[in-house]
Amino acid sequence: MALLEVSKLRMQFGGLLALDDVDLTIDERQIKGLIGPNGAGKTTFFNCVTGVYQPTSGSVTLDGKSLLRRKPHQVTKLGIARTFQNIRLFANMTALENVMVGLDARNRTSVPGAIARPPRARREEREAVVNGHDLLKRVGIGHLADNVSKNLSYGDQRRVEIARALGTRPKLLLLDEPAAGMNPSEKASLMVLIRSIREEGITILLIEHDMKVVMGICEDVVVLDFGRRIAGGPPEVVQRDPQVIEAYLGAGAAGTADAAGA
Amino acid sequence: MKIVSAIVVLIAAGLLMLAQRRWGERVTASFDRQRRWAFPVSFTAFFLAAALLPVWLNVAQEELAVSVGVFALLSLGLNVVVGYAGLLDLGYVAFWAIGAYTMAILGGTGPLHFAHLSMWEIMPIALVVALLAGVLLGGPTLRLRGDYLAIVTLGFGEIIRILAENLESVTRGAKGITNIPSGELPNSNPVMRAVIHAGIHIENFWIRVYNWFAPGPDHPTRTASRAKSIVFGVNPIPYYLLLLAVIVIMSLVIRRLNDSRVGRAWAAIREDEFAAEAMGVPTLKYKLWAFAIGASTSGFSGVIYASRVRFVDPESFVFIISITILAAVVLGGAGSIAGALAGGAAVTLIPEVLRSLPQRFQDARYGIFGATLILMVIFRPQGLIPSRRRAAELKGGAEETKGPIGAGLPAEVTTGGADGAA
Repeated sequence: MALLEVSKLRMQFGGLLALDDVDLTIDERQIKGLIGPNGAGKTTFFNCVTGVYQPTSGSVTLDGKSLLRRKPHQVTKLGIARTFQNIRLFANMTALENVMVGLDARNRTSVPGAIARPPRARREEREAVVNGHDLLKRVGIGHLADNVSKNLSYGDQRRVEIARALGTRPKLLLLDEPAAGMNPSEKASLMVLIRSIREEGITILLIEHDMKVVMGICEDVVVLDFGRRIAGGPPEVVQRDPQVIEAYLGAGAAGTADAAGA
Repeated sequence: MKIVSAIVVLIAAGLLMLAQRRWGERVTASFDRQRRWAFPVSFTAFFLAAALLPVWLNVAQEELAVSVGVFALLSLGLNVVVGYAGLLDLGYVAFWAIGAYTMAILGGTGPLHFAHLSMWEIMPIALVVALLAGVLLGGPTLRLRGDYLAIVTLGFGEIIRILAENLESVTRGAKGITNIPSGELPNSNPVMRAVIHAGIHIENFWIRVYNWFAPGPDHPTRTASRAKSIVFGVNPIPYYLLLLAVIVIMSLVIRRLNDSRVGRAWAAIREDEFAAEAMGVPTLKYKLWAFAIGASTSGFSGVIYASRVRFVDPESFVFIISITILAAVVLGGAGSIAGALAGGAAVTLIPEVLRSLPQRFQDARYGIFGATLILMVIFRPQGLIPSRRRAAELKGGAEETKGPIGAGLPAEVTTGGADGAA
């Protein structure tokens, strides 16, 4: 059954058509890849789905509920979490505090509760600490919980970001170039992590440039170029699609090159 | 000599607070477990010392202590807006003015005579009025970021002052409102009468405490122990103690807020608003809360100020006051409760201390004050009593905040190489 259904999504910024009637559906527990050359509209697509931009036209539904005209924090509560292309942790907060902000998306204590501290508020706070530690262990950095996040290594920051996103208890996780800047062994363990997140029942949509990662974990791939969907299907098939090769390597390369090399 | 001893007491108290440095700073419950006693001990010690302070002061110094209290409370409130939520508010004086004018108008001495309430009845009303003003200003403007918010709040501060100047039928314009009721308890209803009755016992207890601490019998203030009365009227001490009580309550409230989901949300907004929103933080709601809490604290301070000074006019609420309070927050250490209080005290006391300079330096008094602030910002940008987090933010501001690429080189790479060699 389709979890996320996007149809005819169009995003126009003045004279620039960033997304041109893009269709995309993701089934529950699928790992789907969104690829395309730089400037193809991948991150814009994420921003339209998560409420950062209001699309010009089209529809976006999660579990049958429309996501249009909702603010990002409301979309998060409906069950979509994301990470960012350039890591956007709360740099001066510890890893644990970062994850607790994510967990707070499901908490209800507000200002009166924080002052009066009824039992529910205390319980939420205790659980946030415990669950925060659990999530950090889950992504393999339990021992770094009390480190200020800007002092963590690049790969660990990525992990904190994923843990923070998981803290919001998403149905769908959007990962924006999670492997960027990682070395091969970090990439390998990231792939293991992403697969294990799916095993828990979370659906994943991932933007990635690294073809090894895409081919390694995605069951299905959608290719964007200049805001248009130019191909879609299993990675092995998409990889050989002449249009995709052309988008990555330019016209004329289709006969000789392999998109995986891009 | 007395001013010296008062300053010594304040410095000692400040050191006490400095010793544990963590007021209103814990963001997670897991932080700081081993030092749970430190906060209650230093907090109680400081406020007990502050409550006894009038014993050693003369009337002029007591007046000064009230000003310190007024500014400390203002700075405590602005600290929530600037220090926690990271919103630059340049019109904070507006809420102080709203509190003060609410007191003046509802106290029944302005041109409008529809109510003759006492300070105690006006306090909750002013709290709500200032809070509403905060929400009304914040609702549309908190969608703006950074510099734009600063400009809009600056305008708001001026609008309120100009309104006070021109709405003559309500505020008597530039002439100001005089004869504002002092903080006497109204004996209009049985509850208040009971309070007054209890107050007599508290008063007697206070006088006994005072006599116990007061200097020897030959000391001039000794015979005038009635002058240390805590009955609201001409005497400044009750206002000082009331301000102190409000500061204690607000400090605890703000500390609890900071040490909860709300504080985490504020920190997240300050660090990266876009990411905070994406992680499910309703950013507008929490910014509004910060604004409303700051505004109502300021309104409260305004009520007590108006009732103490018994006179308000638009000139009391000029732009420079907003800047002074902001300076207090920055000087004290943004994001730290102890820092806000110390900063509020500093901006009130430094110009007064400079009065003791020789006559020929008197004209340069505010120049020296300004220079002190500049030196402070250059050599100790994190403030007198900084919050650890804010200190880290300032330090990291110039650097790249991301971990260096490659620093995360996993152990396998190096050990793998070693294995290969073996």
